[in-house]
Formats: sequence, C-alpha cells, structure tokens
Amino acid sequence: MTTAEPIVQVKNVKKIYPGNVEALSDITLDFPQGKLTTLLGPSGCGKTTLLKIIAGLLDASSGQVLVEGKPVNGPGPERAFVFQDFALMPWATVLRNVAFGLELTGVPKSQREAVAEKYIAKVGLKGFELKYPHELSGGMRQRVGLARALSVDAKVLLMDEPFSAVDEQTRRKFQEDMLGLVANEKKTFIFVTHSIEEAVYVSDRIVLLHRRPSRVSAIIEPNISRHLDPEAIRREPQYLDAVENIWQSLKKFLD
Amino acid sequence: MSLSKTTLLKLSSFVLVLLAWEYAGRSGLSLALPSFSETLSALIEMLADGSLGVAFGKTLQPLGLGLLISIFLGVGLGIFMGLKEFGEWLFAPIFIVAQAAPLAALIPVLTFAYGIGTTAKVFTVCIMAMPILVLNTMGAVRNAPGSLIEMCKSFLGTRSQVVLKVILPAASPLIFVGLRLGCASGFIGIVLAELLITPTGIGDLISYNQSVAEYAKMYAAILSIIVTSVLFIELLEKTEYALFSPQKRV
Repeated sequence: MTTAEPIVQVKNVKKIYPGNVEALSDITLDFPQGKLTTLLGPSGCGKTTLLKIIAGLLDASSGQVLVEGKPVNGPGPERAFVFQDFALMPWATVLRNVAFGLELTGVPKSQREAVAEKYIAKVGLKGFELKYPHELSGGMRQRVGLARALSVDAKVLLMDEPFSAVDEQTRRKFQEDMLGLVANEKKTFIFVTHSIEEAVYVSDRIVLLHRRPSRVSAIIEPNISRHLDPEAIRREPQYLDAVENIWQSLKKFLD
Repeated sequence: MSLSKTTLLKLSSFVLVLLAWEYAGRSGLSLALPSFSETLSALIEMLADGSLGVAFGKTLQPLGLGLLISIFLGVGLGIFMGLKEFGEWLFAPIFIVAQAAPLAALIPVLTFAYGIGTTAKVFTVCIMAMPILVLNTMGAVRNAPGSLIEMCKSFLGTRSQVVLKVILPAASPLIFVGLRLGCASGFIGIVLAELLITPTGIGDLISYNQSVAEYAKMYAAILSIIVTSVLFIELLEKTEYALFSPQKRV
C-alpha cells in the first residue's frame, strides 16, 4: 500500500500574539494528500490559529509551512477556506457569493456562473441561486460557503469549525455529507473542530492539540470502515472506543 | 386607496401637531404665533406672487453648491480616512472640533475671512454638513466586517478588490445615514447663514417678515424650508433603496 505524500507540511511553527501570548509552540505536522485530517483540541488551543497560518491568513512567528513543497507566504489558489461564521456578503445573491472566488481571479461572468451553478446543485441548494443570505437558514448559508470553496477547485480545503454554527440535526447531516464529499472529491481536507464525535466520524487522521501553548499531543487514526452505512458508524465499537480514548486524553487538560 | 397602518400612524401624528398648532395660534398664546391656517394661507399667497419662488432660487444656489461639495468631498475624505490611519490622524481633529463648535460663534470668523457673499454661505453649509458626513463615512469604512475582508483575502482578493467589493458595499448603509444627517445639517446651515451673514433668499423672508411683524408669512417661510429639507432627505432614502435594495440589510 502506497503511503500518501504530505501535501501540506508544517515545520516548527510558533505563533506568539502581541502581549506575549504564545498560541502555538513548535508545531511540526504532515498532512497526507487526499485525506481528511482533523485538528482537535480544547477551546483556545490554537487550532484555528494553525489553520489560518496554513491558509496564509496569519503569519507564523517562526517556522514554515510548505504546500506542495513551496513555502506559504499568503493565500494561494491551491488552498480554499470555509469560515465558521459563513462570511457571506449579505448584499449579494447565493450565485454571486458562490462565484466570488472566481470573480476575484478574473474569470468571465458566464463561465464563473456556470461553475457556481454546478456546485450550488452539488451542495443541494439548486433553486436558491437568486436568494440572498438573509433568506437562508444557517445550514443553507454554510452550504453556500462550502460551494464557494469547492468552486475554486483548490487542492486543499481548510474548514474552520464549519458545522458549529448550525443545529444538531443539520450538523449530523453535514457530517454524513462530508463522508460523501471526501470520497468523491479528490482533495485534501484539513478540518478544525472541538467536537470529539465529529472528529472521529469524519476523519482519516486526528491530530490532538495540547492546550495553549499548543503542541501536538497525539495523532490518532480511527480507521473506521467507510463502507458502513453513515448512520451505523455512530454505533460501531471502533467509533465509540476512539471517542472514549480521545475524551480520556483531553480530560486531563480540563483541570 | 388603502393606506398601510404605519402610513396612517405617521399621518395622524402630523395631523395632531397641526391641530395643536392651530389651537395654540387661535388661543392668543402669543401675538407672534399665528395659527396653522393663517400660516398656510400666507404660504399660498407667497407662492402665488412668486416671492417664495424667488427666495428659494436665491437660497438653493449656495445650498446646492455646499451640499454637492460636502457630499463628494466629504464621502471621499471619509473613505480615505477610514482606509488610512494617517488620514484619520490628519483630518479627524478638524471635523470633531467643527462638529462640536457652535456655528453661531464661527460665523463672524467666516464673514471676516470670506466676506458676506455666496462663498461665506457655501462655507457655512459645508461646515455644518461635512463633519457628520466625514466622521460617519470614516466610521463605516473602519468598521467594515473583518470576517468578510478576511474571506476576500483568502480567495486572493487584491487590496483594491477588498475596498471596492467588500468594504464599500458593507459601509454604504452607514454612509447613507451620514448623508441624511449631514444634508439635514446643511439645510440648517444655509438658514443660519442667511439670518446671520446677509439676508438673502429664505433667510431674508424670515427676518424681513419678522421685522415687520408679518408673523404668518414668517412662519410660512420657515415651514417651506422645513418641508423642503424633509422632502430632500426622503429623496436620499429612496435613492438608497433604489441603488442598494433592502436585501442589503444583514
């Protein structure tokens, strides 16, 4: 079995915020191509900070991030970000919001709208192209954000707690959809969440981050069979064991 | 034609005020307070003999010029100050002081510098209208939602794309608020200028009629400028709705 090449490499990344707040302390990680890796940890452990450094939205204080072997010094076309608070422009339609990434890189209107329509249908929002964000539910808005990130055809999709702002039922549905997405899209996913169940459910690999100042505490591969019915996974012994083990590890940090 | 509930409420509050005015005028509260009906007939008289029209013509020149300058220069400056901290450092103190200072105190200085002609009056309009406009615009630009700016950068937006496609559309509701407030102040400015510098236009109608105790005509002139100001502000609001439909509202 061939091992997947790391498409993203984080080397000795440190991040110190003004006021001497050390958010990340010497993180070294590899993210294998085509897999979904989750950054999991307690609140404030720097997982969103690390994700934004990989995205090029924040600068590391020291250390380096390589994407496809090249150092990161800003956002790039090979990486797309999905925001926790959706970040949709309220004055634009769903169609314009989804096509926005393509609009910014100068893709002609008819072309980018065709691409956008394809992904709007893919995330299940067909028919809502001309609606405005305030006319959509939270779950629908997040799907717009997802469609936007998929439309730019990036190799690496960075998702910052994408399902935390929606209700539980929608969240579960999204997690199930994620499994389908990972299987069908040939992309690498880097996922941030604070939910252990969510991490075990969707991930190929889970990176446990220590509380601030953050270090890599453990790397776990749940190895849950993807051939199972999505709902059956939540009752699988492997799933339940993995959740319990991680919980025991994290519990120590909760003094 | 059926009116919506809110329109009915608005109209009835108007009617209430007018009724109170009518009563106050007739009750002999003060010799100088005419009733609404007297004011209305004086208004019609002045419209008919053209004196109101001529007066408005004279007032509209410095008012229009002052508002145009205030709007374009003010919004432009506000955007610059919102985007560049250096701009804020340089200009904000002037406008904060201008907003706080009582205009009546500044007018002698203006007259000394610019004489008693149109220039001084245009300046008065600008001094009244610009500070609110500039400071509101600056605040709106400065407070554009960071999450959207970050999103734009993450999808490779250049600085000018961030400004034109995210910051300005996000800021425009507040900019329009500033426009409405600023223009209303501009109207106050022109009347004050016409009362305190040299009487022309509407200000002239007001002060002349006061001096000859034609109070109905005086109030008619005041009413006419108030109505014009309100209509102008309404026009601004309609323009905003036409340009940026309410879907904009978050």
